[in-house]
Amino acid sequence: MTKSDLPAAKAPRRDARGISRRGLLKSGAAAAAASAFPAPMLWAQNIKDITITHLGQSYSTIPEIEAKANEELGFKVDMQTAPDPTTHVNRLLTQPKTIDVTDMPNTNLKYFTGRGVLMPVNVSDYKYWDKTLSLFVNGTYPDGTEASKQGMAPIKAQYWTDETAQDYSPTPTDHLVGVPLYFNADTLGIRPDLIGRPIESWAELLNPEFSGRVALQDGVSIGVADAAMALEATGEITYGDKGNMTREEIDKTIEVLTALKREGHFRSFWTNFDQSVQLMASGEVLLQSMWSPAVTEVRTRGIDCKYNGMKEGYRGWYIMMSAMNHLEGLQRDCAIEYMNWMNSGWAGAFISRQGFYNSVPENVMPFMSENEWGYWYDGKPASEDILNPYGKVMEKAGVSRDGGSIWERMGNIGIWNTVMDEDRYLVRRWQDFIAA
Amino acid sequence: MLSSQTSPSRAAIPPKLASVLQVTPMALVFLLLVIVPLGLIFVVSFLDYNFAQVFPELYLETWVDVLTSDLTLALYLKTFKFLVIVWVITAPLGFAIAYFLAFHLRSTWLRTLLVTAIAIPFWTSGPIRMVSWVPLLGREGVVNQALMGMGITDEPLGWLMYSEFAVLVAYVQMLTMPMIATALNSMAKIPPSVIQAAQDAGASEWQIVRDLIFPLVRPGLAIGTIIVTTAIMGDVVMVKFMGGSQVNTVGMSIITDLNAFMYPPAAAKSILLLVVVLSIVISLLRFADIRKELRS
Repeated sequence: MTKSDLPAAKAPRRDARGISRRGLLKSGAAAAAASAFPAPMLWAQNIKDITITHLGQSYSTIPEIEAKANEELGFKVDMQTAPDPTTHVNRLLTQPKTIDVTDMPNTNLKYFTGRGVLMPVNVSDYKYWDKTLSLFVNGTYPDGTEASKQGMAPIKAQYWTDETAQDYSPTPTDHLVGVPLYFNADTLGIRPDLIGRPIESWAELLNPEFSGRVALQDGVSIGVADAAMALEATGEITYGDKGNMTREEIDKTIEVLTALKREGHFRSFWTNFDQSVQLMASGEVLLQSMWSPAVTEVRTRGIDCKYNGMKEGYRGWYIMMSAMNHLEGLQRDCAIEYMNWMNSGWAGAFISRQGFYNSVPENVMPFMSENEWGYWYDGKPASEDILNPYGKVMEKAGVSRDGGSIWERMGNIGIWNTVMDEDRYLVRRWQDFIAA
Repeated sequence: MLSSQTSPSRAAIPPKLASVLQVTPMALVFLLLVIVPLGLIFVVSFLDYNFAQVFPELYLETWVDVLTSDLTLALYLKTFKFLVIVWVITAPLGFAIAYFLAFHLRSTWLRTLLVTAIAIPFWTSGPIRMVSWVPLLGREGVVNQALMGMGITDEPLGWLMYSEFAVLVAYVQMLTMPMIATALNSMAKIPPSVIQAAQDAGASEWQIVRDLIFPLVRPGLAIGTIIVTTAIMGDVVMVKFMGGSQVNTVGMSIITDLNAFMYPPAAAKSILLLVVVLSIVISLLRFADIRKELRS
């Protein structure tokens, strides 16, 4: 795919609109909200005492973004960081009223049907739905082909069936489950210096050559998805939908993995970012499930780590931002304004420098330099050093991103992160696997 | 006037009622914060569930699985294996170190210093202590490099880290201290005159240790054993990190259920674990009168 497939690439760089928007934001929330609210001065007066509580996890509740939001919006934004996914979901389900907005992986959404905890976001309230990538709007790529539906594809839980927000609609409605925020294509982290040959298939994860030197992420949402990519690649198991296995498929998967574990094939299963970095940087493993920022972290330590795509495709993931159902009046308006701000460009550019993509690239583009945009989104060689969001050099000039442009990477999704219908059975069998 | 008013009213409270009134606050706290939640957990363990929801429908499969599956057997065997190995190492080690500190060091100053030295590693946070095992036991770690440098092994040993061995090493490192502390506490209470008398009567050091000190220190060791037991039976952090999430124990299994928002199996496993730990503690208490230990 070429650059022209990306809608954002068609927009002229640093257009008048982008500049005027920035000016608008600087002139304060009153002006920014003017179009949506008929009495801007009154609005600015009323919202100054409002606090929007945003619950996320360490990857999303970034102090720099919080500070910028507080600078540009007329109300206060309070970011709170849940220590782990479990606490995050538990708090959303059991204390929804202590939170206004949250961002979370769409795999969590299986826990939110029929709960009435999340507020449907009206398409007309969200400013950028017409600029949002079609991957989220209708589940297709820019060239019109349908994206993979294996696992928890974004389109599976993007719309509520109606305003009661009880169940998800596979086809577009006026009620969004949330505003698409970040997404990415994950693949295997590779130590090329220790392997010495290209790794191009998920099957390598199970190659006896690397026995005792591979790791998976601990748990069923990502670890099993990666293992399924590998098992399908070796031809050992054929799945109907490896992102939503039947009991028989689960049994077969666990059986093969158990045999491998008994042979000492897996070095470790990692639980958090730091562990994955440590495993890779210390040379404990040569090949493992990994996240893009973790690869970046290994590289900033001066250790070569590759993150190229496999021929069977990438494992995709997606994080959206949702509001809680208790919101009303001004509080609700501010929450929606905050969600709009999140995708207005600045925050999107910030997270793009960590290697993620934002769902409204058109807005992000004016906030990145030509070099940054070329490197992160277009897969071009960096014309000068690439800095991470905190200003540290993370890639030298001349290097291009592993896997190439956004659609070379996102256009080739083999499976999405998942929570399967047979989750209960899978978790039970996963325990047998760990105990073996 | 004042005293004549208060004294009859004091006498009016019968001693039995006074006792009841004294225990009431604690009993209420215990009831509200322990018994009621436990009751809820017990009830939840019998309910049906799916995707972070518990349905008010009776579902006995959870208990059938917990009480009859190979998984439960494997989890308890693994956990008890850790417990027995760690106890066999830490109890004699704790006793020996405490004995040295209590009876072979004349200087109180040096004893305090050494006891502090034992505690120093615990001044750092748990996660840091665990991360620091990797440079020691990892594939590229100090131990492997030393072994290869001395020509003992040709390639790095993988089982030093992210293995049951690593879990055991970390347990022994962490749990020797409470064994030392409890044994030392019991030894400190042995009057020097008793040892003196034994020595005057011609007892050898071995005889003194075996017939005098060991029986007197047994309650201390029993309390140390209780600490080791509860620490290992309830551990999830050490086993997860040191075992590289590849070792499943009773505690790990409960955490896996909780992380998947599957409350009934987690509840059932917790109840079973509670029953098992309480049984062990009760039988250990036969070796130690905790109230006597605390009083003296």
